[in-house]
Amino acid sequence: MVARTRYAPDRGLTVRMGLTMFLLGLVFVAFVAAIIGISVVLKASDGAIIFFAVVLGGGLAIGSLFYSDKIALSTAGAQLVTPQQAPQLHGIVDRVCALADMPKPRVAISPTDLPNAFATGRNTKNSVLCVTDGLQRRLTPEELEGVIAHELSHVAHKDVMVMTVASFLAIIAGLMIRFAFYGELFGGGGRRGGNNSNGNQGALPILLIIMGVSIVVYAISFLLIRLLSRYRELAADRSGALLTGQPSALASALQKVSGSIARIPTKDLRAAEPLNAFFFVPALSPQRQAQSVLSNLLSTHPPLEKRLAQLAKISQQLGQR
Amino acid sequence: MGFLDTLLGRTKPVQPNLDVLFQLPSAAVTLEAATGFTPTGTGSVCFRPVEGRAFADVEQDVRELLDLSGAKSGSLPVEVTRDSYGFTWLVSSHLSTELEDLVTDLHAVNSALADNGFGPQLLCTLIAFRDDAQRRLALVYLFKRGTFYPFAPLPGERRDSALELQVKGVLEGDLKIEQDLSRWFPVWGAPGL
Repeated sequence: MVARTRYAPDRGLTVRMGLTMFLLGLVFVAFVAAIIGISVVLKASDGAIIFFAVVLGGGLAIGSLFYSDKIALSTAGAQLVTPQQAPQLHGIVDRVCALADMPKPRVAISPTDLPNAFATGRNTKNSVLCVTDGLQRRLTPEELEGVIAHELSHVAHKDVMVMTVASFLAIIAGLMIRFAFYGELFGGGGRRGGNNSNGNQGALPILLIIMGVSIVVYAISFLLIRLLSRYRELAADRSGALLTGQPSALASALQKVSGSIARIPTKDLRAAEPLNAFFFVPALSPQRQAQSVLSNLLSTHPPLEKRLAQLAKISQQLGQR
Repeated sequence: MGFLDTLLGRTKPVQPNLDVLFQLPSAAVTLEAATGFTPTGTGSVCFRPVEGRAFADVEQDVRELLDLSGAKSGSLPVEVTRDSYGFTWLVSSHLSTELEDLVTDLHAVNSALADNGFGPQLLCTLIAFRDDAQRRLALVYLFKRGTFYPFAPLPGERRDSALELQVKGVLEGDLKIEQDLSRWFPVWGAPGL
């Protein structure tokens, strides 16, 4: 007999997320094809630029993947804690991990008053879960558990891996823009001044075209990555709420945290900004962000209302007999 | 979890494995022969309550079911407690010789929750043991892993790791013991222990 399940997958979210990833892949393929096409058609010898961009971009992506936990911990000024140092926090993580049947991540505490949490690491074995002092002080145990379940869902969904792979394209496009720019400034200019009859006439337009294509690709992939990030947040909210069975506790944590974040002075916020993509809520006022369509497009997290609406729907589904 | 589920961010809640509990009575005999620990007759089920009416109704049904079977056999009514993590513990108390009845009770709770679609909410089941020196020991069953691990609390939130490892060695033949020691999480102050 198959056990009855109350798990109802959100097909709409799955389809939208799949489509976003497909579009990212499509842009990547189009980008590679365009660069190769330009080089072949114009018989350029600028392969070095492309080669360096791919190698350096790949290196950066792999580096950030392998050191994501250490980078994030040191940026947040967080310390790993033992079960003796933080028994309550470890107790919650133990229980959520046992419910979800996943290995326990390392647990860290960041001594800032900013109420937030993040989880990072390239796979479930190397993951770190970090909460701030401010979060522990403001939330009830149930709300804290909701936030931790959300973060552990990020770990289960391998979001660091997914987002790094997704960002690879943007990293390469960004490097190409930079290389083409400097190539034009120094290499192209030098060659033009030194030796005009050497068949190097094509160098300047090629660099310009490569730069133009890279800029377009960078802009499109940037928007798609942000869109993907927002879908991953909704998916983590959803899995976290289903895991603890308490969507309303997570909703109340979200409300509390985004309310108090808006009141924190800006000095802390700027320090915390690089970590935004892995945070529970972005370290910028959601009230301010919710105003314009543009800032919604650029934000890494969905607006608060959308997250609360999804949790309310899950609560309703769980309550059905 | 499949690759596609990970990629699309849709973790499904894990279903519990229930029937392994019935291996406990024979394991208790082995444990007593090797270490002198005997069952106290108390056991508990720990689960994470779900908000809303549906779960409250199921929980009520389970309680009535246990009280009914308890009234028949003359044992104490079930005790319900809520721990500081927000988890609910249903404690069933029998005589120390009635381990089969205790396991049947616990299994009834587990299957009632699972049959109503709340299987993923089950955290663990705990059976309490004690030896002549009044040392405490619990066998904790992890539903999602289908494995047991020993938990021996000492005063002051410390664990008797030596005893736990000894019990692991003794019971290896009778029960599926959790091999990943990082999953042996402590259940301090568990009711009925």
